[in-house]
Amino acid sequence: MSEPVSAIQGRAASGNAKGLAIGLTDAGPQGMVTLRGDLSSPALAAAVQEAVGVSVPGTREANFAGGRGAVWMSPDELLLRLPYGDAPAATAAIGKALDGEHHLALDVSDARTVIRLTGEDVPEVLAKCAPVDLAPGAFPVGSARRTHMGQIAVAFWRIAETEWEIVALRSYGHHLYDWLAASAKPGGKVGVF
Amino acid sequence: MAHRLPSGGLVIDRSKPVEFTFNGQKLKGFEGDTLASALLANDQVLLGRSFKYHRPRGLIASGAEEPNALMGVGEGPRFEPNQRATGVELHQGLTARTQNHWPSLGFDVGALNSWIASRAPVFSAGFYYKTFMFPRVAWKHVFEPVIRRAAGLGKPPKEADADEYEHFHVHCDVLVVGGGIAGLSAARAAAANGARVLICEQTPHWGGRALVETETQIGGMSGADWVRGEVTALSGMENVTMRTRCMTSGLYDHGYALLYERVADHVPGAEGTPRHRLWRVRAGRIVVATGALERPIPFANNDVPGVMLASAVRDYVRLWGVAPGEKAVVFTTNDDAYRTALALHEAGVAVAAVLDARAEVKGELPARARAAGIEVRAGYGVAKVKGGKRVKGVEIGRLTGMGQVGGRREELACDLVAMSGGWSPVVHLWSHCGGKLTWDAEAAMFRPDPERGPTGHDGAVNTLACGAANGYLHTDLCLSDGRVAGMSAASATGHSRGEMPEAPEVQAIPQAHPRPLWFMPARGKYAHGTKHFLDYQNDVTAADVQLAAREGYESVEHAKRYTTLGMATDQGKTSNINGLAILADQIGAEIPQVGTTTFRPPYTPISFGAITGRARGPLFKAVRKTPMHDRHAANGADFEPVGDWERPYCFRRMTPEGRESRAQAVTREILNARQKVGLLDASTLGKIVVKGPDAGKFLDLVYTNMMSTLKPGRCRYGLMCNENGFLFDDGVVVRTGEDEFLCHTTSGGADRVHAHMEEWLQTEWWDFQVYTQQVTDQWAQVAVAGPNARKVLEKLGGVDVSDAALPFMSYVEGTLGGLPARIFRISFSGELSYEVAVPANLGLALWEKLAEAGEEFGAMPYGTEALHVMRAEKGFIMIGDETDGTVTPQDLALGWAVSKKKADFIGKRAQERAFLAAKGRKQLVGLATEDPAEVLPDGAHAVKEVKAKSRMITIGHVTSSYFSPTLGRSIAMALIEGGSERMGEVLSFPVAKDKVVKATVVDPVFYDKEGERQNV
Repeated sequence: MSEPVSAIQGRAASGNAKGLAIGLTDAGPQGMVTLRGDLSSPALAAAVQEAVGVSVPGTREANFAGGRGAVWMSPDELLLRLPYGDAPAATAAIGKALDGEHHLALDVSDARTVIRLTGEDVPEVLAKCAPVDLAPGAFPVGSARRTHMGQIAVAFWRIAETEWEIVALRSYGHHLYDWLAASAKPGGKVGVF
Repeated sequence: MAHRLPSGGLVIDRSKPVEFTFNGQKLKGFEGDTLASALLANDQVLLGRSFKYHRPRGLIASGAEEPNALMGVGEGPRFEPNQRATGVELHQGLTARTQNHWPSLGFDVGALNSWIASRAPVFSAGFYYKTFMFPRVAWKHVFEPVIRRAAGLGKPPKEADADEYEHFHVHCDVLVVGGGIAGLSAARAAAANGARVLICEQTPHWGGRALVETETQIGGMSGADWVRGEVTALSGMENVTMRTRCMTSGLYDHGYALLYERVADHVPGAEGTPRHRLWRVRAGRIVVATGALERPIPFANNDVPGVMLASAVRDYVRLWGVAPGEKAVVFTTNDDAYRTALALHEAGVAVAAVLDARAEVKGELPARARAAGIEVRAGYGVAKVKGGKRVKGVEIGRLTGMGQVGGRREELACDLVAMSGGWSPVVHLWSHCGGKLTWDAEAAMFRPDPERGPTGHDGAVNTLACGAANGYLHTDLCLSDGRVAGMSAASATGHSRGEMPEAPEVQAIPQAHPRPLWFMPARGKYAHGTKHFLDYQNDVTAADVQLAAREGYESVEHAKRYTTLGMATDQGKTSNINGLAILADQIGAEIPQVGTTTFRPPYTPISFGAITGRARGPLFKAVRKTPMHDRHAANGADFEPVGDWERPYCFRRMTPEGRESRAQAVTREILNARQKVGLLDASTLGKIVVKGPDAGKFLDLVYTNMMSTLKPGRCRYGLMCNENGFLFDDGVVVRTGEDEFLCHTTSGGADRVHAHMEEWLQTEWWDFQVYTQQVTDQWAQVAVAGPNARKVLEKLGGVDVSDAALPFMSYVEGTLGGLPARIFRISFSGELSYEVAVPANLGLALWEKLAEAGEEFGAMPYGTEALHVMRAEKGFIMIGDETDGTVTPQDLALGWAVSKKKADFIGKRAQERAFLAAKGRKQLVGLATEDPAEVLPDGAHAVKEVKAKSRMITIGHVTSSYFSPTLGRSIAMALIEGGSERMGEVLSFPVAKDKVVKATVVDPVFYDKEGERQNV
């Protein structure tokens, strides 16, 4: 069996190694399941709990626990995050659990590039990219946003105080990485957040 | 002579000398100098030539309003033309050069324009519209090139910009624009109430005029000390962000503002630091505390170097310790300019006289001037300035009641004229987004009307002007107005703790009202001999505005465009009010009836780099790459853009004769696929999953043909029309489950098709139980096409791909060569063909396995051009080639794919319209040229009749045209009027002056009409 390869193939820079203000790491292959359905449905909530161990997130929120999580994407869409290898089985299990209830569960683990962002300056770097309020208090841990970065659609969420994930379509992976790296040069610190 | 004073200069550091170069000459200044103050300190009074007349020009102002002192700053990749010397901070090694003169600044041939203009009415208002009309051809070849060389400002840089630029998005409750007394007060008040405050100041210093007006005391201390205290207090607050060198360039709808921060202009080349940063601010409320600008007075020759705004003279003395001359005449309509006389006097510069336009002069400032021994002449004015490249003196006289100089003239020797025609609030930002103004006749100014300010999303006024920008020119009112504005802004954004720092006591000298004075005509014809400049940068005089009015340009917007008043890069900061007052006078209207022209962003010019931000070089355009992209590049791929994707056009191999040409590669790839087997990276193909109990019903409406009858595991080619009945996308639909379909779209059309589906689902068929999801990026897909295709897959093994198990237009899932795969037996080449899809992370592995397994069967990759030729050989249409938004499926002989049984689908009703069913529409045909080697140009037109001269009537055009290596001849498709009835007809295509290509109308399917090759 061949090994899965992410779009940006391990491109990584930590603040010290590449002289960037933040850690910027290719998260590699990650499990992602798109789940569309009635987010208020108890069956859906149970299926989410079973698949990733968290409750259904509220609007513009992300719930994470132990490396698994669920991100609110739209009023009828969640993105479930889990290890790459677990996604096919989880997708199948959700399909079984929601049998008879109108929904769509798709394994889209290969459709996106996931970049892990770490460090205190992440909000400032992201504010150079996206029209989102990232001031202290405005985007606490557990917040998520679908927005754009330059010309491409992205989504990001805050997993811990200094730990974030940002995703874009796989085919734009290099553009995403290069844009973030250019925005994270230490000489460009704004010093606002 | 202008010179550095022995002491003084609040913002310069005399312990830090700075060297710079001006027109190749090494000069010295101090840290804190602007290029303007440093040049003045070196007695560089002549700084440029004017736009039309090439008149010598020097500094008029000290800040953003400076119209004259534009220069080229920097060198090579950091050169930038048209920089205002008053806004350029001096730094070690700065180079500046003057512009718009030839051969030199001192001797300029273009100044002949001025000499001619003094004898004939050229370059006056509407000059371009009136002159050079005949002969027509001369405009293009003679007049325009000459005028272009003579006019204009700086030259564009020749090298690519070496610097980086970025954007920064920030949200705040209250944005305060301007860091003077009003702005700082507003920020304090808003911040004390808990609002998130962003305050920005365009210069490097907080305080505005508080730094200069040393007569004024705030809270028992000097203005500068008070400012220092306020800045310290604000910078200690967590909810306050402060920024200097940050100009608010424009206000837009709903509290969106653009700020232009010059991060590294004063320290160029700092590693990793962007030169400029464009702040994209979303503010709840905006406080405009942008101050006021002084107006010049239009007297004769008011542009001779050495004529300056009175406030600017004061700025140079007090901020930078520079005396702009040795002997000054002050000409004013108000009390404020007496401060300049006093400042000069204190600095040891002689003041020959203060000429005050008012008949009676009583205020305290004039009294102080008199007490200092300065001569004050009430009711006097300047008739004319003497001197060419520098002021030598002024002709003065008594002013009549009408504001003209009458009676006996006197001459005063001087090298500096400080003028003050009163102050105009800076209402630009207020007006950008629709804020209205009212005319205050007593104060002779337009001021913001708070009832009619710009409004936000809720219809409430979201912008508050305060201080001098609001028409309050006196310090005490400025301060209290700022506090009220800050408090109101905070409260409007939900922050009203009711807290307010204590208001300091202000001791300022009261001032009397000014006398409005818009124009100082000398006797004689205005246009001849002497000039009264309004707009220095565009060389517009008072006479131009009067002429425009006489010629009927009575609307201020028309007069502006006819004369170009206010249309230069300074946007008329010093000229607008004077100009419209003269226009009002000429047409006998009141000033408020004439009104102002429209203010537009940016307030001062901003760099293209700042607007561009990160989107340059490799980041200019986002490019999509497939999982196999790097492998293709290593394989000699020549890429072409398809939508946002980069796809291999062909793979150019090395041969003993060198690297293949594109044409050679394409020919090889086609023949190989037809004879053996080819591999195509088809990952870019759009893929949309449609799932739900109503999925079949939904697709029956979206596609022209029936999809609900498709059996699971089967594929069907489908067409999509828009509601006008025109074809806009096509692709193979696969039924992957009872209530689940996978819709393939064109590579460039996936987003469009997905948005189309969602729009219909969300707005029309919201009651359907259907979800759609784009999965284009989830799958890597490879087309394996050619007689040996099955052998390759069989060698990989794991899935039965025999014709019995997997017939044409069917689909199966399985593990192919160890990879989880979906295999579609579909063909766009006409060959035996399988499209294999695997999760994208395994895409490269799939490609490598196929290449390896295919080696013994002659597998070679092929690119998009081979794909295009092969589909054309088969007569398959291509969206965007055979369609252009006006073509129906019936036009393309695809009527078989348009259901006649379905009650409805998108486009059905439209296709029933008479003209879409009419005979004679353009229809798809094939073309065979008489000369088989001749390839028709794409888009070539067929004509009804070839004529030598008169216009020919076209009957259609070529939509696709190639040389077919398979058939050894050229092939083409075309849309021809009544094409289906023209089989066998020979059409003429005039492709060049003396060249007509003849081609016979044939069936568009050129190869394997029976489809035997794909059904094996």
